[in-house]
Amino acid sequence: MKRLAILLLTSLLATTALAVEPAEKLADPALEARARVISQGLRCLVCRNESIDESHADLAHDVRVLLRERLVAGDTNPQAVAYIVARYGDFVLLEPPVKRSTYVLWLAPPVLLALGGLGALIAMRRQAGQAGPAPLSAEEGAQLAKLMQTDTPERPA
Amino acid sequence: MTRKLLFALPVLLFAALGTYFTLALRPNYDPQALPSVLIDKPAPGFDLAALDDGARVATPGLSGQVTVVNFFASWCVPCRVEHPILMRLAEKEKLNLVGIAYKDRPEDARRLIVQLGDPYRRIGVDREGRTGFDFGVYGVPETYVIDKTGHIRKRFVGPLSPEVALKELIPLVRALEKS
Repeated sequence: MKRLAILLLTSLLATTALAVEPAEKLADPALEARARVISQGLRCLVCRNESIDESHADLAHDVRVLLRERLVAGDTNPQAVAYIVARYGDFVLLEPPVKRSTYVLWLAPPVLLALGGLGALIAMRRQAGQAGPAPLSAEEGAQLAKLMQTDTPERPA
Repeated sequence: MTRKLLFALPVLLFAALGTYFTLALRPNYDPQALPSVLIDKPAPGFDLAALDDGARVATPGLSGQVTVVNFFASWCVPCRVEHPILMRLAEKEKLNLVGIAYKDRPEDARRLIVQLGDPYRRIGVDREGRTGFDFGVYGVPETYVIDKTGHIRKRFVGPLSPEVALKELIPLVRALEKS
């Protein structure tokens, strides 16, 4: 049981296979770590929905190597990213930057959520405001009391 | 009044979605298309060894003529599809084509040219793909139209079809030549 638990827990540590090849890695672990962080946010333009960190495409390999070169040359993370964006455009960023052309993209979800919430609120208020069914009249009350007194006939077996 | 508006809401939503889908399905619309960020910007500088071992192939535009830069490779199958069109553009239309052998061994690129003919005025060897990276190339073939002042005016991704060459590339080059 314990073994199984350990096995299951360790399997949680497994991540998807990464594409970074040993030869690409930088000797300096700090720089390599930065390169990994940046490349996780850069789109591979060949596979489109993978980061260059995960992609085995040739282009992803090239960009990984070039990115590391920039870091070795002393670029800060934003400078290195800007270097790549200057060539491939904002589309290489897996997270689109917030700017005028992307306002709709970024603001639509919260705005729609707020509108939906407002609609729900109005609907709920309206329902709460509605009066319940009218109370029974004296005659109806007497009828009900009479019904409750009489035994219900047993169902035929 | 509000009631009536509420009833119209689904119809309006349907109309909006319908318009969107119709537009998205129009012919020649490619949602995958990725416009180059370098449009109307100066073409990246390059200085490449020539495939024919002649003078180095360097940044076009300084010559004051419209240049069409075509990235190709011997390992690229669509490039072979495109090749006859490039040959026609060179022979019939006399376009100033500059080839860049992208991530290709010079001997392989040379063999391709021997096999299929040479549509290029000059061919540069981009062994490491650096120049391709500077242009934002993400696959071959890619074709860039560079105006007289050295600015990129248009990028064509993938092999040029006869239609695209006839209806887009040639008119653009002619217009730029006149300006």
